[in-house]
Order: sequence, then C-alpha cells, then structure tokens
Amino acid sequence: MDLSSIRKLITRYCTGEESWVDSRTVYIGQKEPPPGTEAYIPQRFPDNRIVSSKYTFWNFIPKNLFEQFRRIANFYFLIIFLVQLIIDTPTSPTTSGLPLFFVITVTAIKQGYEDWIRHKADNAINQCPVHVIQHGKVVRKQSQRLRVGDIVQVKENETFPCDLILLSTSREDGTCFVTTASLDGESSHKTYYAVQDTKAFNTAEEVDTLHATIECEQPQPDLYKFVGRINIYLDREEPIARPLGSENLLLRGATLKNTEYVHAVAIYTGMETKMALNYQSKSQKRSAVEKSMNAYLIVYLCILISKALINTVLKYAWQANPNRDEPWYNQKTETERQRHVLIRAFTDFLAFMVLFNYIIPVSMYVTVEMQKFLGSYFILWDDDMFDEELGEGPLVNTSDLNEELGQVEYVFTDKTGTLTENNMELRECCVDGHVYVPHAICNGQILPGAAEMDMIDSSPGVDGKEREELFFRALCLCHTVQVKEEETVDGIKRGIHQGKSTSFYISSSPDEVALVEGMKRLGFTYLRLKDSHMEILNREDEMERFELLEVLNFDSVRRRMSVIVRSSSGEYYLFCKGADSSVFPRVVSGKVEQVRARVEQNAVEGLRTLCVAYKKLTHEEYVETCHLLNRAKLALQDRDKKLAEAYDVIEKDFILLGATAVEDRLQDKAADTIESLHKAGMKVWVLTGDKMETAAATCYASKLFHRNTQILELTTKRTEEQSLHDVLFDLSRTVLRQHGSMTRDTFSGLSGDYQDYGLIIDGATLSAVLKPPQEGTSNGGNYKEIFLEICRNCSAVLCCRMAPLQKAQIVKMIKTSKERPITLAIGDGANDVSMILEAHVGIGIMGKEGRQAARNSDYAITKFKHLKKMLLVHGHYYYIRIAELVQYFFYKNVCFIFPQFLYQFFCGFSQQPLYDTAYLTLYNISFTSLPILLYSLMEQHINMDILKRDPTLYRDIAKNSLLRWPTFIYWTFLGVFDALVFFFGAFFLFDNTTFTSNGQLMATNTQMMFGNWTFGTLVFTVLVFTVTLKLALDTHYWTWINHFVIWGSLLFYVIFSLLWGGIIWPFLNYQRMYYVFMQMLSSGPAWLSIILLIIVSLLPDVVKKVLCRALWPTTTERIQNADKLYKGHLSEFTPLSSLHAPPVRKHDRQGNENQNHTHRRSDSSPPNKLMCTYWGGRSDYCTFSSLLRIGENTRFSGAAYAYSTPGPETSV
Amino acid sequence: MGKKQAGTGPLSRRPDNSAFKQQRLPAWSPSLTANTVLPTFYILSLVCLLLGIWLLITVENTHELKVDYTKAETCEECFSLRKSAIDSTTACTCTVSFHVPKTFPGDVFFYYGLRNFHQNLRRYMDSRDDAQMVGRKNNLKTPSSYCAPFDYDADRNPIAPCGAVANSMFNDSLTVMYNPMDGSKIQVPLYRKGIAWYTDKNVKFRNPPTNNTFPLQQAFERTTRPLYWQRPVYELDDTDSNNNGFINDDLIVWMREAAFPNFKKLYGVLNRAQGPFTEGLPAGNYTLSINYNFPVEPFRGRKELVISTVTWFGGQNYFLPIAYLVTSGLILVTAVVLTMVYVKVGKKGKNMEE
Repeated sequence: MDLSSIRKLITRYCTGEESWVDSRTVYIGQKEPPPGTEAYIPQRFPDNRIVSSKYTFWNFIPKNLFEQFRRIANFYFLIIFLVQLIIDTPTSPTTSGLPLFFVITVTAIKQGYEDWIRHKADNAINQCPVHVIQHGKVVRKQSQRLRVGDIVQVKENETFPCDLILLSTSREDGTCFVTTASLDGESSHKTYYAVQDTKAFNTAEEVDTLHATIECEQPQPDLYKFVGRINIYLDREEPIARPLGSENLLLRGATLKNTEYVHAVAIYTGMETKMALNYQSKSQKRSAVEKSMNAYLIVYLCILISKALINTVLKYAWQANPNRDEPWYNQKTETERQRHVLIRAFTDFLAFMVLFNYIIPVSMYVTVEMQKFLGSYFILWDDDMFDEELGEGPLVNTSDLNEELGQVEYVFTDKTGTLTENNMELRECCVDGHVYVPHAICNGQILPGAAEMDMIDSSPGVDGKEREELFFRALCLCHTVQVKEEETVDGIKRGIHQGKSTSFYISSSPDEVALVEGMKRLGFTYLRLKDSHMEILNREDEMERFELLEVLNFDSVRRRMSVIVRSSSGEYYLFCKGADSSVFPRVVSGKVEQVRARVEQNAVEGLRTLCVAYKKLTHEEYVETCHLLNRAKLALQDRDKKLAEAYDVIEKDFILLGATAVEDRLQDKAADTIESLHKAGMKVWVLTGDKMETAAATCYASKLFHRNTQILELTTKRTEEQSLHDVLFDLSRTVLRQHGSMTRDTFSGLSGDYQDYGLIIDGATLSAVLKPPQEGTSNGGNYKEIFLEICRNCSAVLCCRMAPLQKAQIVKMIKTSKERPITLAIGDGANDVSMILEAHVGIGIMGKEGRQAARNSDYAITKFKHLKKMLLVHGHYYYIRIAELVQYFFYKNVCFIFPQFLYQFFCGFSQQPLYDTAYLTLYNISFTSLPILLYSLMEQHINMDILKRDPTLYRDIAKNSLLRWPTFIYWTFLGVFDALVFFFGAFFLFDNTTFTSNGQLMATNTQMMFGNWTFGTLVFTVLVFTVTLKLALDTHYWTWINHFVIWGSLLFYVIFSLLWGGIIWPFLNYQRMYYVFMQMLSSGPAWLSIILLIIVSLLPDVVKKVLCRALWPTTTERIQNADKLYKGHLSEFTPLSSLHAPPVRKHDRQGNENQNHTHRRSDSSPPNKLMCTYWGGRSDYCTFSSLLRIGENTRFSGAAYAYSTPGPETSV
Repeated sequence: MGKKQAGTGPLSRRPDNSAFKQQRLPAWSPSLTANTVLPTFYILSLVCLLLGIWLLITVENTHELKVDYTKAETCEECFSLRKSAIDSTTACTCTVSFHVPKTFPGDVFFYYGLRNFHQNLRRYMDSRDDAQMVGRKNNLKTPSSYCAPFDYDADRNPIAPCGAVANSMFNDSLTVMYNPMDGSKIQVPLYRKGIAWYTDKNVKFRNPPTNNTFPLQQAFERTTRPLYWQRPVYELDDTDSNNNGFINDDLIVWMREAAFPNFKKLYGVLNRAQGPFTEGLPAGNYTLSINYNFPVEPFRGRKELVISTVTWFGGQNYFLPIAYLVTSGLILVTAVVLTMVYVKVGKKGKNMEE
C-alpha cells in the first residue's frame, strides 16, 4: 500500500500531471458517510471567494512597483535615477526622476483603478446571497462562504455560484437548461442532467437526507471535460456508484433557464472553478516592430555606453596635462582629491551615462503605449466593420499588435464559419441513389408553395419507400437538437415560423439543425424529446414515439455520432450519421457505390456531406452494448479512451441508408477578400476539418484556387500509391523547375505567364511529413524542409482533415521556418483557438459557433470580409505610423543629445550639460511629444479608399520594410548631421566673435555678452524647431489637429521659455535662465542663425525625399502623386467630386458590369456546378501604377478610369 | 440557431459616424514634388544670397583690433611674476603700445579677451550661489555647498560672493591712452557701467538690504572676501559707491560664464562726450597700461584687449554672411541638379508632374 502510493507520487511528479491523476472526495452536505463504509477524511478546499484582483490594499505599492520595474526600460531609468541620486552628476535627479515618477505614477494609478474595479466586482460577486440547504432548511449565505460539499439551491435566471453537480431539478425528468453565454458565448440552451438516483430528492428536507460522496478529479480548466463518480448510501449496504460527466456539472458563470429551481452540490469553489481556471492570462505576443525597436534600443545603448567611455577616456587623456587637471580657478575639495583615480574614473563614466541617458527616452515607451492604446479605438469605431445583422463591431482584445496587422505574410483561415457563412441548408439527400431536393429555401425562410420534392431518378419501389422513410426517421432521431418554444427564447433567432407552431431548433452544430429542418420540409417533423421519448410527426401527420436509449456523442476524431432508440413496436435501432470516410468502412451492405458516387459529386460542388447508416439490434445486443457503454462511462481514468474503444466496438456492421448534402454558402465578399489578400502578397492557407473535395470546391469558389492553378496533391490517396518520399520529391521537382525558370522577383509572380500552384494536403499526410525523423533513415528529417520548400512556391495551400492541434502545428511550422514570416490565423470556432493562439496575430470571428475563438483572439471581427479593411487599411496605417514613430523618436533624441556630446570636447569633458535642466526634462515630455503622438494616430499617407482598392500597396511595407537597418541608419545619420549643424552653427557664431544682444531689451542701449546658457538655448531652439518641422515635412495628412499640435507645441516652447526665464524662481537655487531667452530673441544674429540652421538641417532630408521620389519612386509615392493629379483634374473638368465616371468609360463600365453581374449571381444563388467560371484572366493582377502608365499615352481619362472604377471589390 | 446578443437594440453599439472616428477628417496632403520644391529652392537660394551679401557689407563696415598683452613689451616681467597664481600681493603694472590704423567710427567697445580659460567646466560653473547674489540674507551667511571649496575660508567665515566663478574674477585694470601726433597723452574715457544685462543688474543681482544707517559694509559683516580678491566685494569700485557689492558691473559680466574657453567680455564703452573721441576712436598710436593681476600662465592662457565697433548685427562676425552665401550656393547647386534630374528622367518626371 505504502509502496504503491509512493510510486504513484513519483510518477505524478515525474509526469507532472498532478491535477489529472489526483482525485478529491466531496461529502455531500458535509455529512460523514455511514460508519464502516469508508474512512472520513475531511479535505481542505478553498472557500468560494473569487479573487480576480491582483493587489490588496497593503501590497499594492510594493507589488505594483516591483511589477513595473520588471520592465527593462523602467529598470534602466530607475538605475539612472539612482546613479543621479548617489553620485555628483551633471544633471539634477529631477530630470530623470520626474518623468520616471510621472510614468510610474500614471501606470500605477491606471492599474490601481482597474484593480479597484476588480475588487468591487469581486466583492459584489462574493457577497451576493446564495441559498444553501442546512439541516433541511434553506439558509441564505454569502457566496464567498460557500464550501465544497454544500448543497445549493439555484432558482431560474440565477447564476451558479460555483461548479456544482446537479442532484435534482424542479422538472420531473431531472433535466435543466442552462445557458453558458458568459463562459463560451453560446447563448443556446444546453441540457444538463441530474444524477438518476437523486433526481427524486426534490424538496429541501428530502435533499438533506441524502447520504452520498462524490469522487472526482481535481479541478482542471477544460470546460467540457469532467469525470467523477457519486457514491450514494441508501442503506447500510454497499453504496450505489454512478458515473458523473460534464453533463452533470453546472459551471460557475452559467445561468439557469427554463427550470424553476435546482439542487446541486458544490464540488469546485472559488479559484478552483473552471471559470476561474480559464481566466488565466495568455502568453504575451510581441510584434515585429517591437522586436526591431528593441534591437534599435540595444544599438543606442551601445552608442550611449561608447559615448560615455570615449568621453571618460578622453577626459583623463586631457587631464594628463597637469595645467588642466586642476587649474587655480577651479580647485577641488579635499575629499575629491583623496579619491582613488579609478573611483573617480568610474564616477565620471556614470556621470557621462547620466548626461547622455536622454538618448533613450522614457517618453518613447509611454508614447508607443498611448499610440497603440488610442490607435486601437479607430478599429473599434470603424463603421465599415460594424455588422448590422449582429449589431456588433470589431473587438480589440490587445492593442499591442496593431502594427502587426500591416505585416502579415501568411493567412491561415478556417473554412466553415469563416470563409463560409455557417448557415447551413439541406440541399439534397440521396437514399440508395435516389436524390431528393427540398426546394426553395432562402435564408431559412420558406417560400410559399414549394414543399414537394424533386425526384431525379425514377420513383422508388415499395422496398425503396420503406428505406426512404427509415432514412428520414434516422435523420429525425439521430441528432442532439433541442426544440425551443418561442416565448422562452430571447433575442432574434433563426427558426421555423410555420403556422402556429412557433418553435426553434437549437443545437451546437448547425448541420444538425439544417438536417432536421430539411426533414421537416420533407415531411418528417421532429417535435420534442419528452420523458426520453423522441416524438416525430410523419408524413401522414401521425405521431411516432421512439425511446431514446443512448446517445453516442459526436467527436471530431470519430467524426460520427449515433443514437440507439427503441421504436414503439419494441425494435432496437442504432442510427449513425457521420463523415463518409468514417461511415463507409463500417458499412456491410447497402448501395454503397451509388451513394459514394453521389457523395463525391456533392463534395466537389462544395457541399458538406454526411452519410447515414443504421443497424438493428436485438435485445441481447442492446443489453451488451449498454453494459459496454456503462463500463466505459464509469471509469474514472482514461474515460475518453475507454469510451472511444466502446464506440468503436458498437458502431460497426452498418447498413448504409444514404447521404445528405448540406450547403454552406460562402460569406459575402469572401472571394474578393481572398483575392485582395493574394494581391497584397499574402499567402492564404485554408485549414479545415472538412474533407478534401468539399474544401477544394470552397477554395475554387473563394478564388483561392483559379482555373489555371495547377493543383498539387499530397494526400493519403497518393501516398498509398507511392511512398511519401517519392511524392514529396516529385512535387518539389515540379515546383522548382518552374521556380528556376523565372526570376526571383516577387512582383514577376504577377505576370501573366506565371504558373501558380496550389497544394492540397490532408491531415494524415501532414502528420507523416511532420513526424520527427526516425533514426537510421537519412532523409527522413528533410521531409519538413522539402515540404516547406513546396509550400513556399505555392500561392495557395489547402489543408483538409485537420485536427485542431494540427492547425496549430502548421502555423507553428511556418512561423518557425527560416524566413520567420508573420502569420495570421482567423477562425470562428473552438477548434481554431489553438491556431489563433499560436499565430502572431489571432483573429476571431464572432460567428455561430460561440465566442470561444473571439475570446482567445487578439482581434475579433464579425465577418471574414472585414479582414480586408483590417489588414489593408488599418494594418497598413498602423504600421507606417508606428514605424515613423519609432524612427522619429530615435532621430530626435540623437539631435538632442549629440550636441551635448560635442560640447564635452569644448568644456574639458567636465560633463557640463548644454541645456538647462528644464529643457532636458521637458524636451521629450512636452516640447516634442504631442506632434509625433498625433502624427502616429492621424497619419494617412494614402487615402483609405485607394489602399482598399489597390492591395498591392501592402507589399510596400511587407517584411518590416520601414524599419530595416538602412532606414534606421539613415535616420540616425540625419540626426547626427542635424546635431552637427546645430552645434557648430552656433559654435562659429559664438566663437571669437562679438555675438551680442542688441540690448534693446529694458532700455539699456549697449552690446551685451552672451554666456553658455544662451548658447545652449540657441542650440535648443534650433533643435526644437528643426525636429518639429521635420515631422511637419513627413506629415502627409494635415488635419486641423495636426496643425494645432505642431504649431501649438512650437508656440508652447516659446511661451514656456519666456515664462521660465521671466521670473526669479524662488524654489530654485540657481537662476541661470533668467532672461536668457528674451535676450537671445532681442539679438538679430540669433534670429538669422536660427533660421539658417533650421534650413540647413532640413535641406538634406528634403533633397533626399525629392530625389528618391523622382528616381526610385515606391508604389506608394506614385499613388500619392497620381492621387493629387487625379484630384486636381477632377476639379478642373467636373465640378462635382461625386461624379466619378467620365463618359469615356462607358464601354469599360459595361464590361465591368457584366462581370459584376455574373459575380453577383454567384454570391446570391450559387449554381450547382460552380467551379470558378468568372475568373477574369490575369490582367487584373497588374498593379495600380502600371495602369497609370498605360494611361500616360492614351488620354488622361485612362488614368481617371483607373481611379474611379468601383475597384476590384466587386470585379476584376 | 440564433446566437445573437440579447437585449440592447442592434444599433445601440454602432459607433458614431463622425469624420474623426472614421478617420476621414478633411485634410491637406502636401507632397514634396518638383513642382513645389524647385521654385522654393530657387527662391530660397536667392533670398539667402541677398541676405548674405547684405550681411557681408554690414560686417565689412565693422572694425576690430586685438592687442595681446600677455607677455608683450614690459608685461613680460609681470607675466613671470604672476606665474604662480597665489602671489597676488605685489602689484605689477606694465604698458603695451599699439596702433589703430583707421578711425573706429561711432560707438567703440572695449573687451578683455581670455584664451584657454575654461569658464565652462562643470564644477566651476556650478560653483556659485545665485541665491546669495540675489541678496538673500540666509545664503549670505551660509553659502551653498556647491561653492566648495570656496564657500568658507580657513576660519569658517562665509565667503561673499562664494564659489570658484567669483573667486577667479578677472582683475586686471586696463587704461588706454591716446597718443596723438602732438605728443600729448589723452586717456581714452570709458563708461565702466551699463555694460551688463539690465535684468542682471537690476533683478538677478541684488545686494543684501541696506539703508542710510546700515551701509553696505555692515551688510557684508562677518563675511570674508574671496581668496584671490584684493578687496572685499563692497569696495570693488572706489569711484562709484552704487557700483559696489553684488551689483558691480564687472562682477556681473564675469558671472555670466562664457560658453567656450576662448572668450571676451565687455570691459567698457567709449565715452564720446568730449575730446577727439566724439566721432569714435581716432586712428593713431595708443598705449595700454595694465594693472597686471590675472595669472594666465598656469593654464597656458593668453590675455588681450579687443577694441571693436558694432552694428545692429553685432561685432565683426564673418560667419553668418559666409554661411548664408555658402547655403545659397548649396541650395542653388541642389536645385540645378534636381532640375537636371527631372529633365533627364524626363518621362518619369513628366509623368509625375503632368
């Protein structure tokens, strides 16, 4: 016994699965079990207090400070500040202490406030009353006092206070309905079941008499998994054990619906509830921009250190001359003299560090944070991305990744619900090769007078009729659909408004609803589940009742579900429906060939197919099956595995009935979006669990594949014929031959003769490819590389039959491949969460499959088409904005600090600051902060509509192109150049000349001398103006806000300087700036030199810009020029800017419209045989600018046309 | 199947359709194209050229003369006497003669210039107490610690004015004699007051409060003069009692620390009230007699007298006109190059502009 427990402990710690293996025993009602049965070991569980807050009143300050200083930047500034406090440094500690204090305080206040809100929310939850049954009475308790084992009574519309095992309900059948909207966003009502043996305990007194213990696993975060066992002691006998599963577990946060009250026992409380466990923070994602920012920071840190080192060394070299070390006019104190030279040198080094530390400003972090935070509001506010149907706009869960939206290279998209609407309709069913088409359904609304069905084949015989009805019954019975009465349903729901019966079908799977609804149209109506009897109305309006015995739930591994029912005549049936691949192998008879042919045909058309099969069971078989299932269900460990095994045994030897085809329409503008993404240079991969044919059809329809795309297949079918090795090498040869014959230029990929490839791979093959190389085989490890190489050369890849984890695997594989591309994953369902979390940017679609994807994503949108604006417009803007922000910040600080560095050469390396303390402190905080912040919020280098219309512009910023090292070096050198101009300009003005004030100020008419503070102020004034005007030069989008901020901050600088120098400040011990600024302004040469120096420092940048624009214009710049041009001409010829189409265009327009027309048809009513027939050749791939160049020779109208087409949104 | 959000009307969460929120604020989008840049460049070049020429002419009309007297003529002796900084007790005078080739018209300014004197060393600059100099009594008795080691003397008496800056004040006195052809000697009259900033003289530097019964000397009681000074601060100017204490013009001028090691500071302005000086400083021979006190040898420095006339634009400063002319040339060259680029890359350029 001891040994085994030790071994258990050891394995537990070795495998690290503590919480899995461990189980807990809960004594219901805190009552000891009857003596003799089991030892009563009271376990200690946490109380039901929810603590979502991070801090308490006492630990707030130390904990918050600790958290904040864990950030490397804050820590750096703290060190600088401490150095300033400890040693004698050139600048007072306030210069770095004040901004740091400001930043820390603001952050602390923000976090404190958020935490206070959390505290309030926690308290509200923790103190809300719950009803607990104690000694046969209902007692009110505060929620936080709830203990494990307490029996709780919950009334309708109340939220469960902790995780509970359902004991009994007010409903006779022991069920209750629950909505988990606040947990996973699904507002559908889910049914939960009371433990069969306790559902009779209905009143408080009765419940109190219950003697039972619950054994269950220790809490784990998976919302849908739970295993446990309840032991009920009825008499002094052996307890009755019953299995508990997730269908018995009421989760904290869910709400009771349609049920008057329930009694349930608490098993997980407080922070151990599944909801609390699920609110653990996700790992933080970092954007590419942030990474380059960090790289720049390191460079600047090196610059800083080397500057300090150089100056320290030079100082001692300079002081080696005894005349200089301690001239008579500047004697040291005794203590200074006695200090060891090394200590002095080190102190000097630190002092230089402090002097130059402004090169890495605190405010950069603050500004970047603010930019991201405030900038994300533009996504929230975007009217174009607002979905009226859903009444919701996009969500931004993290603003850290805004700019990453402009950097996406790979898009991984889910198919169902993402590309398609997840709005299922039964299109046809095929029974033994006879095809039935329920007609005329449009968006769930039934058109009048179309309830009959179409027979394609000849009418079936009597035998066929029987089979047919069995098929329909099977579909009516084999599902987990619930029926909801109208009045119990809140919100607007899709349903069946037929005559008086206003009820809805609700299910977690839209396919099932589509099937049941389709059956209804075909004459078999599923009415309800009552007392474990399913009632259906057949064609003759007769009620048929089947007793529902077992449900073998659907799971994504088996890809099928089954029910076992007993008909009123006492026959046992097992109905199964599932994917063809999982049903066909288990079929023993039936018209397999016809059905298979039909299924494949349907799949090619992009329909979702399901096969239906059945088998009859004898009573003995049923009992055996029951036994098998129960055994598996009772298992505490590995229950899933055992269940799966049981299912495998049960679900076999089927007789095939037929197949269904459900259509899932493409989402609005999905094809256009994919095309735009392609043109923007992104590779789009579709990852789906669907089968190959269906998925491929969707890919064609959504223009992921084109008619002339050569499809490469890497599927199990092929690998069965050839070895994986050969197939891979074959494919890579095909691809590489093409690749070798063309240039590497990505843009040439757009030219007409380029053959593009599409790859299809399925899950099984993928796992074979990704399998780690086996030892002994030399080429095994290369599969991944070869596969990646093939993928790289394919414009589109389709991965079908993917398990959720495989989706994440693929994303990870691409993410970590050697180019390290930026990936984006978009999906709507719980099965996409893993890939959403894995990708650089995860986008959730708020769709029909609940909110799980949206909750785990970085951004959530309502429709796939919004991705276009999100990436092409918002992402583009954010990227250029933040790129400029980062570069500009470094630039302006080089300009700021480099003169100070130069000044050291003239002041004997004595660390004399060039600027006054106030200027040092405020430069980054107030003089130059707002213009760049506003720029980084408002800038639009190109009009939004053009960005949307011409996705190729996205390539301009691909691969972090604005933050590459050459650009960075250019900015740095520009900064150094400007600094040289400021400093030496002022230097020559001062040096050896009579640079004086006119002395007009305050009436003394003499020529006065200027000192070093005037010199610093002069440099600083030029600096502030140059740096601000440089930003003004970069601004392309001057709104009144930009004007206000740019001119305003210059004005502020002037006013501040006047004020700062205008008063003898009583709290300062120096008055060095007194009237310095005014005296400077009263001097003519100062004015002349300020103007000259500003012009000279801005000149090279202007020249560079003009030259680059003329000689090597980027697409962006061409468009800017053209945009201007177009606007000008438009106003010249047509006074109304709304007149978008010059008459010359009429012909083109017509052509366009034709295309539009066909296209639109495809949108609204997809033809049965689709296969992209309206793929308009390759011409559409030419870039916007090339269109312009064509227009050059013809007429201006040509160019105008290019701009005024409705754009590729609808056609081309 | 409906999974829509319950409650709240569908449109209640719709964002405002305002121009700001939709990022569609009306905006002006300038871009740097040839059309806008080239004319600007040509105009700018022209403006700079004109300004440069005008400045050059102005500067040409100023006159400047430097007389380095560090060890010139008879000052050699004083120079060697002042080699060690501390020996300031024995007085030493010397004379240097110089020639003014052309009349300096108008106001003439006399400066003393120092070379290689670092007034901009950090510890030196900080070694002053502005609060003391603004006349606060507390600070007079307890000077700021920044002044160390020039805050207290050996007997712990506070030094006023404290600190290295005041301590090292330039203390040569210069007298310029005009030697006309007739052999007479006329002392060039100088205004030695009104040479500091008005605001410094009247606001920033204040003596401790005094009145008729409480003279300046008493205000400075129990303070001691800076170590290197020959007289206490309240006796700096024996001719004008209002020019004593912290508001002494020479002290104020000295206290405005120069930005670079070579600098000059205003010593006096020619008094054109009488004599041959009404029109300015006449051409001819002059003698400069110096009370040679300020040691420059320890830091290898030089001392000089600078005589200069000024215009509105300041003294003789060739930098600005040259800078303007050079800039003008640069802009012109760039503009021409740009024009050539536009002509050469014709098609592209045209395409962009037309």
